Amino acid sequence: MTKLFDRKPHRVTLFAGHYGSGKTTAAVNYALWLKAQGHDTAIADLDIVNPYFRTRDSLDALSAAGVRLIASPFAGSNVDAPALPGEAYAVVEDTSLHAVIDVGGDDRGALALGRYVPAIKDEGDYDFLCVINRFRPLTQDADSTIEVLREIETACKLPFTGICACSNLGDLTSAEDIIASQAYTQEVAEKMGLPIVMTCVPAHLIDKLEGMENIFPIRHRTKFI
Amino acid sequence: MEKVLMKGNEALAEAAIMAGCRHYYGYPITPQTEVAAYMAKRMPKIGGVFLQAESEIAAINMVIGTSAAGKRTMTSSSSPGISLKSEGISYLAGCDLPALVVNVQRGGPGLGGIQPSQSDYFQATKALGHGDFRRIVLAPASVQEMASLTFLGFDLADEYRMTVMILTDGTIGQMMEPVSLDFGEPCEAVKDWATVGHKWERKPNIITSLSLQAEELERQNVERYERYKVVEENEVRYEEYRMEDAEICVVAFGVCARVARNAIEEARKMGLKVGMIRPITLWPFPKDVLKKAAEKCHTFVSVEMSMGQMVEDIELAIRCQRPVLCCSRVGGIIPSPDEVVEKLQEAAKMGGKAE
Repeated sequence: MTKLFDRKPHRVTLFAGHYGSGKTTAAVNYALWLKAQGHDTAIADLDIVNPYFRTRDSLDALSAAGVRLIASPFAGSNVDAPALPGEAYAVVEDTSLHAVIDVGGDDRGALALGRYVPAIKDEGDYDFLCVINRFRPLTQDADSTIEVLREIETACKLPFTGICACSNLGDLTSAEDIIASQAYTQEVAEKMGLPIVMTCVPAHLIDKLEGMENIFPIRHRTKFI
Repeated sequence: MEKVLMKGNEALAEAAIMAGCRHYYGYPITPQTEVAAYMAKRMPKIGGVFLQAESEIAAINMVIGTSAAGKRTMTSSSSPGISLKSEGISYLAGCDLPALVVNVQRGGPGLGGIQPSQSDYFQATKALGHGDFRRIVLAPASVQEMASLTFLGFDLADEYRMTVMILTDGTIGQMMEPVSLDFGEPCEAVKDWATVGHKWERKPNIITSLSLQAEELERQNVERYERYKVVEENEVRYEEYRMEDAEICVVAFGVCARVARNAIEEARKMGLKVGMIRPITLWPFPKDVLKKAAEKCHTFVSVEMSMGQMVEDIELAIRCQRPVLCCSRVGGIIPSPDEVVEKLQEAAKMGGKAE
């Protein structure tokens, strides 16, 4: 039997990491999971760096499920302006919501989070997950991954509280790839002194991962083309 | 080597490093910024140079200087930035210097938009600067090809002492796919023409595009075109897809070739005999294989993200023997497989009759 991710969620869950690691995919699926658990859920896209690959792409799936989406009005448009959605304060101010925050890639993307950090810290009910992917060329080993993660913490002034393992090769991810990435995830976790909160796995591979813990099924793929 | 998950722009940058490029000069512009961002992270770690120039014009002139010193070098930009670089690219040709220039195209003209486009086809293949000169234009259709064609591009640039352009678009630049970065060793040419100091042991090398004697300037142009002829003979690259029994021939490159492939599968299910010739080199254009296809195919369909810019090259290649339809979306919009299928049905109805 594999063990699926199952725990009482914090009021605010933030996903950050190296860009291209799978943050948006993890955040979108987590928001859908929260909603399925019966929580009023909102997801905020704070990615001001990359106007191409954004939570907004998943607009249809999220709105169909009844998740409130907060994204820059310019996302997916032709406007190349780094803008934060004004509504984003709602996720820190409206404590009746369960909030998911999709933080932009790398330290540059995480900079935008800084303005919300004091409120998030004051409330104190949050999980700040670092999304890691061993198949991304600049985070292929624990040390280079940690280097990127430390840059992010410095930029947004919020220390991570856990790891979201998201090692994937896009559509070609195999069960073997996920199994082979466990040692890497363990090493990052030990060196950072953080728990592995979840391991993202494409839903169709779950049966092949006997004995693995905290599996978080990825049912919705955020694809650009 | 294990596969890694990369964006097209990153794969291109990493392949350039693997090809021995240690000098990158650029200026940020969407949608190519990941190339610069990746170089900024990697170059300092491997003793290379990443330099964000004060402008696109400065960047291309730094490429001229570095190439003159015999080093592998590159710059990248997106459409409006390439226009700024065009003077320098002409100077590179006049100096017979190898260089790699990347255009991750966006919609134009003018400042245009930031969504993907192929509307710099004319610019890339015909007039990337003033004067009589050519450049090899490579058009990747996957993240894997962003890497492999970049690696190849440096070798070709060295071999023929000319600019190689990677002509891609915002989609291929931004999309993520698994990629294998196993290319073997680059073939760096012996550069006895480089200006690296003669130490009184040989005559000084001079690299310039200035030539005030008309006869001498003509001789240089003629010599250059002799070299281009060799390129046309040896370096044409294309991929054929389901052409064995095709009666309709799609011509598409880059992201449009991916869309067309899906459309061809659909059209085949409807009983239409459709195939595709995908140019990988836009210059030299795969003229011979198209001309041969015109013997069997009654209609050609150009699928592109420009206002029919490639249609002229197809018509020339097949000597206007067959009608050439155009299926295009522009301004940042990618044609859908359904739109392509519709055009293929139109082509099937024509059955070879002139438009």
